[in-house]
Amino acid sequence: MTLIADLWAELYAVLTTLLGATPYIIGYVLLILLCGFIWSTIKRMLTPKSDYGSLKTVTFGDESSVTSDTVASVVSIVLIFVLWGTFTGSKFLPGFMHVPGAYEGTSSFTYTVEAGGESDDATVAITVFPTGEDVAAPAIEAGDGFAKNDALALPIYRSELLRVDRNDELGRAEGAQITAVDGQSIAPGGRVDVDFGLVSMTAKGTLNIKPSTGWQMEPIWLPSPEAVLSRLGEIATSGFRNSTLAEHLGFSLFRVIVGFLLGAIVGIPLGYAMGLSNWFRGWFDPIVEFMRPVPPLALIPLVIIWAGIGEVGKIILLFLAALWIMAIAARSGVSGVRISKVHAAYSLGASKWQIMRHVIIPNSLPEIFTGARVAMGVCWGTVVAAELVAAEKGAGMMIMVASKFQSTDIVLMGIILIGIIGFTIDMLMRWAERWLVPWKGKG
Amino acid sequence: MSGLQIDKLSMRFDLPNGTSVQALESVSIDLKAGELLAVLGPSGCGKTTLLNIVAGFLAPTSGEITLNEKRVHGPGAERGMVFQQGALFEWMSVRENVGFGPRMKGMAEKPKREIVDHLLDVVGLQEFKEKAVYELSGGMQQRVALARCLANEPDVILMDEPLGALDALTREKMQGLVLKLWKETGKTIILITHSVEEALLLGERLIVMAPRPGRIHKEYNLPFAEMGVGQDLREVKKHPDFATTREEILSMIWDMEEEIMGGAAK
Repeated sequence: MTLIADLWAELYAVLTTLLGATPYIIGYVLLILLCGFIWSTIKRMLTPKSDYGSLKTVTFGDESSVTSDTVASVVSIVLIFVLWGTFTGSKFLPGFMHVPGAYEGTSSFTYTVEAGGESDDATVAITVFPTGEDVAAPAIEAGDGFAKNDALALPIYRSELLRVDRNDELGRAEGAQITAVDGQSIAPGGRVDVDFGLVSMTAKGTLNIKPSTGWQMEPIWLPSPEAVLSRLGEIATSGFRNSTLAEHLGFSLFRVIVGFLLGAIVGIPLGYAMGLSNWFRGWFDPIVEFMRPVPPLALIPLVIIWAGIGEVGKIILLFLAALWIMAIAARSGVSGVRISKVHAAYSLGASKWQIMRHVIIPNSLPEIFTGARVAMGVCWGTVVAAELVAAEKGAGMMIMVASKFQSTDIVLMGIILIGIIGFTIDMLMRWAERWLVPWKGKG
Repeated sequence: MSGLQIDKLSMRFDLPNGTSVQALESVSIDLKAGELLAVLGPSGCGKTTLLNIVAGFLAPTSGEITLNEKRVHGPGAERGMVFQQGALFEWMSVRENVGFGPRMKGMAEKPKREIVDHLLDVVGLQEFKEKAVYELSGGMQQRVALARCLANEPDVILMDEPLGALDALTREKMQGLVLKLWKETGKTIILITHSVEEALLLGERLIVMAPRPGRIHKEYNLPFAEMGVGQDLREVKKHPDFATTREEILSMIWDMEEEIMGGAAK
């Protein structure tokens, strides 16, 4: 029963978060619709297209009339970068496109203390400086009365509890109580808006100085594009953790390629054997069908126990990730051969070996290519995950170590590079497929 | 004795549910070299099974097949097959498809090219020889299939509804081509078809099969194939005997279908 209660609480938390995000999602959808509307208006003013598709009157529900709109793709990608820049105050964008940033500069506020029926005012000078700099609190005069002036310096995005009464002649111990900030009365638990942000009071009567954080993201959550770019340049030239960027990425790619090739070299003949012989099909079916749904990531602990965290372990893992996919692809490639093709080849005098060479293998190549594409994708995902767990070099290791040092810019850069490489692998496989098996789907 | 002898062929197999099917019962056909036999019958009468046994893809439970005084075991190059569709190798060009048989025999490049070129001329595909087969229309693909079969110089050509998937016009053209090839090459041909008209036009001999068990129901010797060689096949169809025979066979098959459906076909 506690399990159900726990799960319900989890679900509730998730749904609450989702609900909180709903306005943003709706806003984004409205933005998409707005851009679509603007573009269709512009398009109407340009020379209309006169291809066959433009003459269709029924397009809603006609799958063939839905194609990817290049303009939409470009706008969506550009918008991601613009939003990124807008919310990080990127230098790539003109200032008016930034959302308000965190408060930075000097300001002050006054507070009123009452003690023993007397009341006195004092000023607090605030300096908010950019992250990374070290600025001392400005020197100020103590001022008159029993409440003395204070000074505070703090970096942007931070808040600070300030015992303003610490240097006062009548402190908390003497029953002094802060009653107002900038002339507005305040009580424990209360808050007052000031020109640089917010001053609130804790239950015990301490002031919490909280300069406005604005709408921009703190670099530790989301660094600006130029920070990521400069980090890319820095790591590409001077490396990260004793290895250059090329070495990190090269090692990951090397593992994927070697693991995939080994998986294909073993998996394809295995799949052929399963497709051509009852006995082999019966023998390997339970093994393959059991291993196929096991995510390769679940094998990482076992592989680490057996083979350690070195190259051998990684390659065994990727070999296993590719093996079952390739075996199943080859098996279905063989099973998918039309019996009339095989019969035709026999009637034309082909031997078993010739049938294998000229009919079964070429007929299974499209399936094998599809399998290879899937396997390469899975291998790339698996290698990054395996490197996250334990590795000395590699793209996954790079972002994992960077995250431990809160170098979000390296993490982002790594994720983008991993995505680009994964995308490139898939594109190369598609291109190879079109070039090597042009008869795919034409049987 | 040359030619193809099918002697008391029976085929019976068990089903997973314990019953068994008599696909063929004592089918005997004596085919002289150069004869064109059309086999007609309702679905399930065992005509494809018969062809598969002659081709050697299936073993009969009893009876035997003799070709040129040699008993048939398994598939062989002397019995060529032409399938309905999808039996071409789409990873090869038209030329490579036609040259497949000679290549399997290990024939040298030059004689092979001569055979292929000659046959592409015969079926009228010379200008398409470097194309991929999937770029051709259905009718052209069947021309390639015919040429591929002929390139191997088989004694017997077995055709399993080769024109079944073509549109009516293309089909008529192809029927003319089949007759022409039959006359020019003198091959023995067994043609399985669903179309009564096609069977009448092409079959020098015609066998109507009946289902459950698959057996020969009636045999005809027909003059129309001989008439149709090099002629407009539409003229042949106007022959008074053609219409009579067609009606006779159609009602025969109609009765068989009704028997299968238990009268539901009405």
